[in-house]
Amino acid sequence: MTRTAAAPDVRRPSTADGDEAVRTSGLSKRFRSGPFRAGQLAVDGLDLVVPRGSVYGFLGPNGSGKTTTIRMLLGLISPTAGGVTLLGRPIPRDAAAVLPRVGALVEGPAFHPQLSGWRNLARLDAADRSADPRTTAARIGAALERVGLTAAAGKRYRAYSLGMRQRLGIAATLLRPRELLVLDEPTNGLDPQGTREVRSLVASLARDGTTVLLSSHLLSEVDQICTHVGVMNAGRLVSQGTLTELRAAAAPRVHVRTTAPGEAAAVLRRAGVTAVTVHSGEVVADLGGHAPEALLRGLVLADVPVREFRVDAADLEDVFVGLTGEGFDVSG
Amino acid sequence: MSAADLLPRFWRSELRLVFGRLRNLAALGVLGAVPVLIAVAVRLSRPEDAQGPAFLSSITDNGLFVSLTAMTAVLPLFLPLAVAVVSGDAIAGESDLGTLRYLLTVPVRRTRLLVVKYATVVTFCFAATLLVGLVGAAVGLALFRAGRVTLLSGTTIGTPAAALRILLIGLYIGVCMAALGAVGLFVSTLTRYPVAAMAATAMLAVTSEVLDAVPQLHAIHPYLLSHWWLAYGDLLRDPMSFLSVGQGLVSAAAYIAVFGTLAWARFGGRDISG
Repeated sequence: MTRTAAAPDVRRPSTADGDEAVRTSGLSKRFRSGPFRAGQLAVDGLDLVVPRGSVYGFLGPNGSGKTTTIRMLLGLISPTAGGVTLLGRPIPRDAAAVLPRVGALVEGPAFHPQLSGWRNLARLDAADRSADPRTTAARIGAALERVGLTAAAGKRYRAYSLGMRQRLGIAATLLRPRELLVLDEPTNGLDPQGTREVRSLVASLARDGTTVLLSSHLLSEVDQICTHVGVMNAGRLVSQGTLTELRAAAAPRVHVRTTAPGEAAAVLRRAGVTAVTVHSGEVVADLGGHAPEALLRGLVLADVPVREFRVDAADLEDVFVGLTGEGFDVSG
Repeated sequence: MSAADLLPRFWRSELRLVFGRLRNLAALGVLGAVPVLIAVAVRLSRPEDAQGPAFLSSITDNGLFVSLTAMTAVLPLFLPLAVAVVSGDAIAGESDLGTLRYLLTVPVRRTRLLVVKYATVVTFCFAATLLVGLVGAAVGLALFRAGRVTLLSGTTIGTPAAALRILLIGLYIGVCMAALGAVGLFVSTLTRYPVAAMAATAMLAVTSEVLDAVPQLHAIHPYLLSHWWLAYGDLLRDPMSFLSVGQGLVSAAAYIAVFGTLAWARFGGRDISG
């Protein structure tokens, strides 16, 4: 398969079988919590589809099952039910063949504190049977360069700041060319500048054709770079699709501020507008397929004193809050 | 190409990690200090004070026996403690740091990880034992003469023959420690708290020694981990007797097989949450 470096927003998911970077079917995980209690169902019947070449924003509040799902994708924990296919091969059976092509950052970075950043990466590379030891130094250097850690390469990991640790974790995923990157909350602990850098790094990797599965509890972190979004809530995938599809699901709303809300509501209802509600001097309704100027004209012709008339564009944040029942920024 | 390049890359990297750790180096330092202390103490004491363990009086005849005395001195506690620290840390330490999940997603197959971890533990066992032996031999030969030695059975042998026997004893103790290392590796797969794994392994070793010292329990003695550790006395007879050393090797092999398999069974399918 050849892939052109298309801009992320024009990429379409392919429906051809085996063309997904990640596919799960009915993936479930129940943790045993003790001999007398039934286990907690952390992930419940997940059918995740991450098309190749996409940047998939895996969203959900903390504790919604994102990390448990990612651990199952990588074969770290075994599902209670259902299965995982990674780059077309079943996991965990073919993990040894598939994982060298997958870079992963799972639940924060973890390294040996007494070793330098460079040494830590060298250790991971030494553990990789399929890595070429002759190119280790060059590949480590390039990975550290890409995340901006070249100057701190010889420093002990213990002395790294949280942001530097996170960058080292990302550098570890870049030790080799990867077809799929699984990044679990990669901007945790980064300052706004670092967050922007990670975002542009992910975007540049995606332009090179790498599929990226990016988990986050922050919508703002992913909506600028993602082509696809999956939303988790309480262990279930409550929505999945392209960002455009999700935006379309968010109906624009019309707001009318008036001294005669009852009449305004009646006019709107007569025009066929749905979901009309009245709160203290303001009428709110779904715009649907109506032209806003026609609605305004109808209101004025019916002698409704309109003080303000506005249409709110689709707000993704509202969609997510609606899907998950809470804001994404719960952890602050 | 140096000799080290012949070892698999991952194993070399593990050795570097274990032998580069301050904690392990401190343990090796303490172990290496024991023969020095013994040699200096014997050197400074007057001959008539020289009573004590069987080999202590032989030191003044041949310095090599510092080596043997030191290995015997560290065998009950210091050596098992150091092995418990390294083996208990093997998996639990990685789990605690979170580095285990990154090793497994590299990917490293779980069986391969266990084999490399155990190979590193075994290397440490032999390195620690032979360090005590070599430091003992060096200090002993520097402070005492290298005369003929009287064996337990009354015959005398020269320095090269004594050196060979002491080397064999060092290797035997290394194998015994490798058996303890297998127990430690298994314990290390049970928890994500390395200190708990280290303490449990050390306690198992000491418990085995305590039980071995209770005569009423003689029925279970042959099955105890530490029962054959001191069997190397037979290598100091003339001719050498391999009977109990052989049983000790069989016991060690059985412990390695059983606990290696348990570690594999436990670790192979475990959910990695650390």
